[in-house]
Amino acid sequence: MDSFFRSEEMCLVQLFFQTESAHNCINELGHLGLVQFKDLNPGTVAFQRRFVKEVKKCEEMERILRFLENEVVKSNIPIPADFTSETIPVPRDVLDLESRFDKLEQELKEINSNRDTLRQNFTQLMEINHLLQMTDDFFEEVAIRFVAGVIKHERFPAFEKILWRLFHGNFVLRHAEIKPHEEENMAEDPVKKDVFVVFVQGDQIRGKIRKLCDGFHASMYPCPNNAYARKEMRTNANTRIEDLRLVLKRTEEFRETTLTAAAANLQEWTSKVKKMKAIYYTLNLCNIDITQKLIVAEIWCPVSDLNSVHTALIHGSEQSGSSLSPVVNRIQTQQTPPTFNRVNSFTTGFQSIIDAYGVGNYQEINPAPYTMVTFPFLFAVMFGDCGHGLVMTLLALWLILHQEHFRKLKNELIDMLVDGRYIIFLMGLFSIYTGLIYNDCFSKSFNVFGSSWSVRPMFHPHGPWTNDTLHDSGHLHLDPLVSGVYSGNPYPFGVDPIWNIASNKLSFLNSYKMKMSVIMGVAHMLFGVTLSLVNYINLKDVALQFIPEVIFMLSLFGYLIFLILYKWCVVMKSESAPSILLLFINMMLFDYSSEGTVLYRTQKPVQIFLVVVAVLMVPWLLFAKPLLLYRKHKQLKFLSLQFCLSLFFGVKKAFFSLQVSMADIFVYQGIHTIEYCLGCISNTASYLRLWALSLAHAELSEVLWKMVLQVALRVTSGMGSVLLAVTFAAFAVLTVTILLVMEGLSAFLHALRLHCTPSTYTPDVAFGFCS
Amino acid sequence: MAALSFVIPMSVMTLFWGIIGGVVPWFIPKGPNRGVIVTMLVLTAVCCYLFWLIAILAQLNPLFGPSLKNDTIWYMYYHWS
Repeated sequence: MDSFFRSEEMCLVQLFFQTESAHNCINELGHLGLVQFKDLNPGTVAFQRRFVKEVKKCEEMERILRFLENEVVKSNIPIPADFTSETIPVPRDVLDLESRFDKLEQELKEINSNRDTLRQNFTQLMEINHLLQMTDDFFEEVAIRFVAGVIKHERFPAFEKILWRLFHGNFVLRHAEIKPHEEENMAEDPVKKDVFVVFVQGDQIRGKIRKLCDGFHASMYPCPNNAYARKEMRTNANTRIEDLRLVLKRTEEFRETTLTAAAANLQEWTSKVKKMKAIYYTLNLCNIDITQKLIVAEIWCPVSDLNSVHTALIHGSEQSGSSLSPVVNRIQTQQTPPTFNRVNSFTTGFQSIIDAYGVGNYQEINPAPYTMVTFPFLFAVMFGDCGHGLVMTLLALWLILHQEHFRKLKNELIDMLVDGRYIIFLMGLFSIYTGLIYNDCFSKSFNVFGSSWSVRPMFHPHGPWTNDTLHDSGHLHLDPLVSGVYSGNPYPFGVDPIWNIASNKLSFLNSYKMKMSVIMGVAHMLFGVTLSLVNYINLKDVALQFIPEVIFMLSLFGYLIFLILYKWCVVMKSESAPSILLLFINMMLFDYSSEGTVLYRTQKPVQIFLVVVAVLMVPWLLFAKPLLLYRKHKQLKFLSLQFCLSLFFGVKKAFFSLQVSMADIFVYQGIHTIEYCLGCISNTASYLRLWALSLAHAELSEVLWKMVLQVALRVTSGMGSVLLAVTFAAFAVLTVTILLVMEGLSAFLHALRLHCTPSTYTPDVAFGFCS
Repeated sequence: MAALSFVIPMSVMTLFWGIIGGVVPWFIPKGPNRGVIVTMLVLTAVCCYLFWLIAILAQLNPLFGPSLKNDTIWYMYYHWS
């Protein structure tokens, strides 16, 4: 299907349908998910719209539903997850559901408040019971004045202290902790409480103690003096406790039945209310005809889907039983339609990455299908380790195969991971490949084909070394000029394994990776510029912009690539090999004075020619297009003066373009030129991050190997196996957190940055909007 | 550069990625995703081939050799051919 390479062609359609069938039709369109409603009442504020009351009602219902859901979850009643209900919410459903919800809410609130009061009573009675039980022991002596009550356990020491301060010991305090029986756990959160009795002389003191008890929120209970009264009180309390227990049980049961009945329909109601709210919101965007019988709506819809939209509307109106079928009327318009890219579950992730930078213009080329390979590939160049790549691939495979299970967890971070599962999968696969080429697997190399370097020819009689040379120095350099040391054929797949054990490994790898980054960078940028060529053919100014852009890039950076490849492919002595960096700098500065600065014979004139051509491209880019537009503008002005009285459509269009001022065009072109040229240079340099990150990754994994795992592997005693098991655990945790998560995120970010440069891709004015 | 041991890997890899990028796309069945799959195949082939090519060209004419520790050299003298 063409549409993924370029955003789809959209059309503006007017819909007319009857007010009765409005709900069904909009419901059908909502299920299709292919249209975008245009706001026909842009001037009105939110609370002036026609259906604002209904939207408010829906929001109120949503609030009640949330309250219900909370209660259901609190009582640990399971909500049945799956249901299929295709019933369409109709206006009378709104009223019906509304009344039901109100009733349910009131019932539940009543039940809750009743339950709370009952519980309070119950706790009080229990406390009285305990109090009476415990004070039996205290009352052996003669009756004195006393105050009895129940206080929270943690407050008791402070209470005692203040009593001492106030009364200087003129009292006797007895207390005991309430130990609740197991079956009496009627309260929600059992609070530890102590029962206490204070014996004092005098009524005034009693009054003070009462005030103190109030301050400490201790509940006081009247306790009778003689044993007989106490016993009676106790039997009273016990009977009341039994009654309350029964009542509480019944209340709980009733509450549970109500909630279970509600829970069974909870999902259905939630989705219904959501749909209704969406329908009312959509209706707010439409126009209601003066006769209140007709609704007019304007939608943006892809041209290829017009038929399905029409069928959906007919279906909707049939369901509502109205006689007239809705009218679909396509209208021409000058407005820019929204940008729509049809995606499936595989391509969604990549499209959203591209859209995060900027949505493309309408019918502009969509860079997403190319991103699907270049993004994971650039990530892999920076990540480059086949062991880590394998782990990443397996993780992504696990995410792909169990995605529903992960989505149910409803964790934000995991949701992000699951959305990007295909991206991670591709990144892992490419990382395995680049890891094999870098010959790096958990910082070790594979030697599959046999190294191209051999040590024997360096010794006598071939080469300069003897046994003494070995004894004298710690490190020795292999010399490729000695015959036989380098076999003449490079290692067939990737980097030679000898570099892994060489101490000057970084000298070779740095040079290789930097040149590789520049080559990949220039290739990527050329690809981007070529892609934008397809946009230009649509807009017909290839010669004015595309050609100078390409020539500029090729003459400078294409030549750099040529230098790199030349130096690689042509045999030369290491002393006379000039540094490419110096060559390039001297080329730009026109400095040919120093010796040994030529790679090939005709280098000087070629380089001068290329720099001059590149510099000439800048004024071409800067002035050609605006000057042409200026000439056209002058011609049109001349023509329009002759036809100023007629209302030709073509002249109207010319009037439109006359509105554009020349200063704007010049400024815009200037910005574009500067952006392109400077961007070329800075973006080429920024591709060096491919080298930087792969170096960092390789060094980190080498450190982990040398400092963590190798330590355990070198232990020769019997305890070595235990130590190895522990060290491997540490190695695994560090590998996953540092090398996979941290380095992975870092490489992801940098790969993203490499894709978000305007000079690589097309949206030079990213003003599109998504539908 | 005309040695056999260089021509073989060169032709094998060129052929391999050439088949993936040039021949397999003709066999992808027509469907809504054909364009995307073909693009991905071609781009993958180009990127991976280019990456491998850079790796092998960088090692074709080395200007300096590896610097090894003397016990490594001792080991390699006897065990690596």
